[in-house]
Amino acid sequence: MRLFMLGWEFPPFISGGLGTACYGLTKAMDELGIQVTFVLPKMVDVRYASHVRLLGPGLNSFQFSGLKNVKFRAIASSLQPYSTAQAYRKRIEEALRQKNVGSLGLAGLPIEAADYSGDMYTEVHRYAAVAVELARDEQFDVVHAHDWMTFPAAIAVAAISGKPLVVHVHSTEFDRSGEHVNQIIYDIERKGMERADKVIAVSQYTRNIIINRYGISGEKVEVVYNAVEPNNNNGGHADSVIGKDEKIVLFLGRITMQKGPEYFLAAAKKVLEVVDNVKFVMAGSGDMLHRTVQMAAEMGIGHKVLFTGFLRGEDVQKIYRMADLYVMPSVSEPFGIAPLEALNNNVPVIISKQSGVSEVLTHALKVDFWDINEMANKIIAVLKYPSLGITLGNHGNFEARRLRWKDSAAKCARIYEQMLAAV
Amino acid sequence: MPSVCFYFQVHQPLRLRHYTVFDQSEHYFDDHKNAFICQKVANKCYLPANRLLLKIIRRLGGKFKIAYSLTGVLLEQLQRYCPEVISTFDALAETGCVEFLAETYYHSLSSLYSRDEFVEQVNKHIDIIGYLFGQRPRVFRNTELIYNNDLAALVESMGIFDAIITEGADHILGPRSPNFLYCPKGCSKLMLLLKNYPLSDDIAFRFSNRNWPEWPLTAEKFAKWISNINGNGNVINLFMDYETFGEHQWENTGIFEFMSQLPEEILKHRDNDFKTPSEIAQSYEATDTVDVPHLISWADSERDISAWLGNAMQSNAIYELYRLEKVVKQTGDENIIADWRRLQASDHFYYMCTKYFADGDVHRYFNPYDSPYDSYINFMNVLNHLRSRCLNVTTGGGARNLQLKIKSSEGLGALTVS
Repeated sequence: MRLFMLGWEFPPFISGGLGTACYGLTKAMDELGIQVTFVLPKMVDVRYASHVRLLGPGLNSFQFSGLKNVKFRAIASSLQPYSTAQAYRKRIEEALRQKNVGSLGLAGLPIEAADYSGDMYTEVHRYAAVAVELARDEQFDVVHAHDWMTFPAAIAVAAISGKPLVVHVHSTEFDRSGEHVNQIIYDIERKGMERADKVIAVSQYTRNIIINRYGISGEKVEVVYNAVEPNNNNGGHADSVIGKDEKIVLFLGRITMQKGPEYFLAAAKKVLEVVDNVKFVMAGSGDMLHRTVQMAAEMGIGHKVLFTGFLRGEDVQKIYRMADLYVMPSVSEPFGIAPLEALNNNVPVIISKQSGVSEVLTHALKVDFWDINEMANKIIAVLKYPSLGITLGNHGNFEARRLRWKDSAAKCARIYEQMLAAV
Repeated sequence: MPSVCFYFQVHQPLRLRHYTVFDQSEHYFDDHKNAFICQKVANKCYLPANRLLLKIIRRLGGKFKIAYSLTGVLLEQLQRYCPEVISTFDALAETGCVEFLAETYYHSLSSLYSRDEFVEQVNKHIDIIGYLFGQRPRVFRNTELIYNNDLAALVESMGIFDAIITEGADHILGPRSPNFLYCPKGCSKLMLLLKNYPLSDDIAFRFSNRNWPEWPLTAEKFAKWISNINGNGNVINLFMDYETFGEHQWENTGIFEFMSQLPEEILKHRDNDFKTPSEIAQSYEATDTVDVPHLISWADSERDISAWLGNAMQSNAIYELYRLEKVVKQTGDENIIADWRRLQASDHFYYMCTKYFADGDVHRYFNPYDSPYDSYINFMNVLNHLRSRCLNVTTGGGARNLQLKIKSSEGLGALTVS
């Protein structure tokens, strides 16, 4: 089985769960002996220059040492998967202030710009054009595309090669933007799903959105749950900067509307009415970060809420090990790998019922994201009764470890085989 | 011989309402849900089953006998939500063919945590049975048939019981049969009746299972199995939840017809008869002593107490509950004591069971909560509030509580008002 896979994130170049999912899935496919050519947009974010050497100019094909069947191709592009229209406009404005006006011509492709910001739509199509070029030198059986940014590219590659197309939906415009959908993105998503021979949804929750909101026939949509990489550290305790008599409640994720940071704060405020020795840590960045910091201050709990900014690698492991409880108050979460990572570290979790991961976890506390009272009630219970956290952590850890990427990859493989048999 | 001994367990828990840490109400129970379930089960099971059994008793002129154990928690709910059920039980009592057993009034696990509380609850249960049905129970069954040598010794020491009932678990009997009367190790007078679980479960669990090779189970077939024991046992103890009739096995499975025909089918064999547990204890001699050092119960395949005390949450919740005993009793406040006792029902701990939880099995069917964790949180919030009520009474919470304080000191005659 040979795959032409289109993605836009891969560790360490990640801003959310998508990169983690692509890594876990391709690694497991590699172990199953599936040949994967993974096409990535080239990230040029100067902040992570130390990692960029892999994608240096002139080098657009490379392999990860651990993955012998996966080959990477990079496209010079600065696609940012989680950009909202506002964020995108903001970047354009910022670029304007930095006098990069000349590089923002409507049809221009300003390759030389360090912080390139064109309009999204053009970007996606440029990615498509280059992907088609790359596909010409490749032999493959199936095209597999991850999320909307790659859908136009995938449609083009599938059309030219005549190979069946799988689109893998890790998140939809309705998850990211609620009811204020960006019509351009919605159209791209819908076209990809319509054109695809099979649509893979990361949960029943997402499958329902695909069927109800995008009008896709249920027969075409399969659910393949995400999983979690087994972690090999023994849960050793990191040195805490906060006194040991203080408990830590962790929010880890992008600080955006979708992730429900304001519900986390509102619950924190209620918790603090009852429990004092607790700190709320919000790890992540996003377009609501500044507003969230401000909100915490306005609510008078600024001294109890700590912001760490975006964390990666070892720092993520460290913050999990420091936490007594992980809370995911997402408004709409297609899957949500982070709770599995928390459980991997024996940290009990509270997850929103509006999430895909709540379909696969039974040893977790579940709340409606809007039910602040219940969220606070459950946070307090975990902080107050050690036996609750211990039972949740132990059973949850066992449950999370049973969710293997190997099984997700095998399910994808079955979908490919069915598709090829039908051709 | 053999004698068939039917005993039905009748119980409905008092379910807690959703109670968060922010709630301040002294009202802990979900009256609406409890009333609804009580009335539903009364209509599907208690009323039709009582009528049926009454009819059989009258038809057979005293040759059909049965025993019930009705928890105090259930009787309170029946009095409140469907008093007509009480009168049908009373009609059964009037026939003289029905025996009522004793247990802990609150369907509690108090035998494991507080002997004083255990004895008080058993006495309270004996009182209500006497008051409602004019009988003084002579046979004891513990909550969920939880049992060991120590419990038998404790029950014997109460001096009011002839026999005790428990599960005929394989691992306590070894090669011996449950179809005889035994004596608990360490007891001199008390008799031990053991449930014949294969035959009991044929009715209670397998009756409507179409994958069971014996399906459909007819009264004739079952009576044949009973008669086959002839010469190889004195007694066949068929112990089961009363909700088997109409609730666990729905009416359309034919369970009522089966039960309606069964007594006559059994009595067709002239050596067979029906006896109540007390009559069994008087009619037969103990054939051997049974040693049960470890706790057993009638639950799950393990036949142990792990369904109620199998995880850290369950142990913690029950430990905290009984730790409050002294403070609760010191208040002398009837409402506080009653609430504390209602929290002792084993059901609250069963809901916290994580065993098999992920598989979504039978445990979930009886569980009003989405998860064992939710039930633990709810229980602990209620317990926490109960504790604060106790402290309010015993230490006084300012002028507003003065009245309460005086009242409680009058009641106990121990506290002084400063």
